[in-house]
Amino acid sequence: MFKNKKTSAALSAPYTAWMTIFIIVPLLMIFYYGLTDSQGSLTLANITAIGYGVYFKSLLLALWLSFLCTLICFILAYPLALILARVSKNAGQGLIITIFILPMWMNFLLRTYAWLTLLEGNGIINGILSFLHLPTQHMINTPTAIVFGMVYNFLPFMVLPLYNAISRIDTAVFEAARDLGAGRRQTLFRITLPLSVNGIISGVTMVFIPALTTFAISTLLGGSKVLLIGNVIESTFTQVYDWHLGSGLSIVLMIFIIINMIISNISDARQEAEG
Amino acid sequence: MEKELIRLENISKSFDGTLVLDELDLVIHENEFVTLLGPSGCGKTTTLRIIGGFETPDTGRVIFDGKDITDLPPNKRQLNTVFQKYALFTHMDIAENIAFGLKIHNKPKSYIDDKIKYALKLVGLEGYEHRKPSSLSGGQQQRIAIARAIVNEPKVLLLDEPLGALDLKLRQEMQYELIRLKNEIGITFIYVTHDQEEALTMSDHIVVMNQGYIQQEGSPEDIYNEPENAFVADFIGDSNIIDAVMVRDELVNILGTEFPCVDKGFGEMKPVDVVIRPEDVELVSPDKGIITGEVTHIIFKGVHYEMEVTALGFEWLVHSTDMFPVGQTVGIWVDPYNIQIMNKPESEDEEAIPLDV
Ligand SMILES: Nc1ncnc2c1ncn2[C@@H]1O[C@H](COP(=O)(O)OP(=O)(O)OP(=O)(O)O)[C@@H](O)[C@H]1O
Ligand SMILES: [Mg+2]
Repeated sequence: MFKNKKTSAALSAPYTAWMTIFIIVPLLMIFYYGLTDSQGSLTLANITAIGYGVYFKSLLLALWLSFLCTLICFILAYPLALILARVSKNAGQGLIITIFILPMWMNFLLRTYAWLTLLEGNGIINGILSFLHLPTQHMINTPTAIVFGMVYNFLPFMVLPLYNAISRIDTAVFEAARDLGAGRRQTLFRITLPLSVNGIISGVTMVFIPALTTFAISTLLGGSKVLLIGNVIESTFTQVYDWHLGSGLSIVLMIFIIINMIISNISDARQEAEG
Repeated sequence: MEKELIRLENISKSFDGTLVLDELDLVIHENEFVTLLGPSGCGKTTTLRIIGGFETPDTGRVIFDGKDITDLPPNKRQLNTVFQKYALFTHMDIAENIAFGLKIHNKPKSYIDDKIKYALKLVGLEGYEHRKPSSLSGGQQQRIAIARAIVNEPKVLLLDEPLGALDLKLRQEMQYELIRLKNEIGITFIYVTHDQEEALTMSDHIVVMNQGYIQQEGSPEDIYNEPENAFVADFIGDSNIIDAVMVRDELVNILGTEFPCVDKGFGEMKPVDVVIRPEDVELVSPDKGIITGEVTHIIFKGVHYEMEVTALGFEWLVHSTDMFPVGQTVGIWVDPYNIQIMNKPESEDEEAIPLDV
């Protein structure tokens, strides 16, 4: 792109510096702490700790809840993305997308607090239920509440890549499928889904990773009753002050993230090859 | 004449308040190669999409084989489409693309395999089963799109400018290919193009459209030799279209000079349009012509010379294998059989706008 390497190096210097200070150095520190004990000698104990007790349980719960969250997001987002992609540009497509993204302009914690007041024991939802003489529900401080919060916060990250992928498919391809005898359902399963697989993978990645690592949502909506791996790592840093264990557990989490990203990179590369 | 297969009755369609098709009637017979021909935006694709089931007409009916199919979705219609940009399924290989319609209809595997082989042979792409569409050239993708459609044995194949994206040489090759295919499988083709040469080469029946109206229908010879109005004459090939007055039967006054012709029944002293094809304008020595004029332009076109001759204040377009230099005075002679008389358009509505191409 640039005529000589010097210019491009000079232009990218700020980014290189940024990346070094805020990404590379912290990463190296995490690896250093994670692989050593308080005496500074090499150990895997901080990493293998994930196999025991509260660490193992909180990891499994986090994996399960973020899986549920991703699944629910997908089920909600796919039909929405389909509709969005079909609505023609002038028929308010932009408006629908804006309405959808609007909550994202609000502070993340504020949004989650809103759920708190909705789900509380004497919150709005229970208020409505008792007004209708229905039994009130215990919702706050349960895994369900956390999944609610996750889905609410991360749904747009699923919708947008799906919408992007679906709207990029030439509409003539759908028509060709219909023309060859496929009904709406067959067209969806044989054409639309496979052709939007990249959007699905990046949507899944963009929802699953933050859901897996969140501690804010689980702190607010789970109280101290429901511990996810994110909460456990946070408290080893901020309450136990065991940076070694915290870093070791973070490395484990990183492995899940890296696996996820490798899958999405492979699918990207494959799509590029297919053109 | 073959049996009637498709009948469009009184079809109107508008988009966002703009009328695109206006009370269109069209009958298509079995085994015909029908071409919808007209300038960009005249409603050809819309007509084809209404037949294919991708658009619903605002008024009117689509009759297929005696049955009203106006509200039938595309997957229930016994016809297949070849899309302009191929619309191949990029996530499937060639064999899967071709098999798509057959699998949907639950055909047995051995039948599907035979069909794939047969179709690839028909379009000259044997051995391409496991290639991906993106690894094929435009012309090859077009052949696959055709193969994918015809394996379903539709009664009608709809083709929307299928050769539009190909270069000239490949286009001509594919034109012959398509005619051969049509004769081999013996089904009805409805073909859309805005290329008049393509239409003349390939069709049994041409439907010339402009602004949502059918201007004229007929065999290529009819359309070329006896255009019914100035639009058709201008759109199909080059022509000299001149204002004239029909003096009486077999005599027309063109720009003040009377020319004998063979048309009758237009009445007396009736304003008409006259079409004379450039190859029918004969240049002779000044004393032998009906009128005289001066050569103002000449271009060598390979097979013939294209000249412009100013006579009676009109620029006559002339195609001739004889060369007359610019500035020379020549006589113009036209065989009475080659003077085509046309009624002027009756209403503003049907006013055929001549194209400047
Ligand atoms: N889905 C649509 N929405 C709005 N207007 C449309 C739509 N489809 C077609 N039109 C309009 O209808 C008119 C006829 O379109 P059509 O595609 O039938 O023309 P065409 O004869 O196929 O032209 P071309 O040779 O350029 O393909 C055009 O003015 C076009 O803009
Ligand atoms: Mg068109």
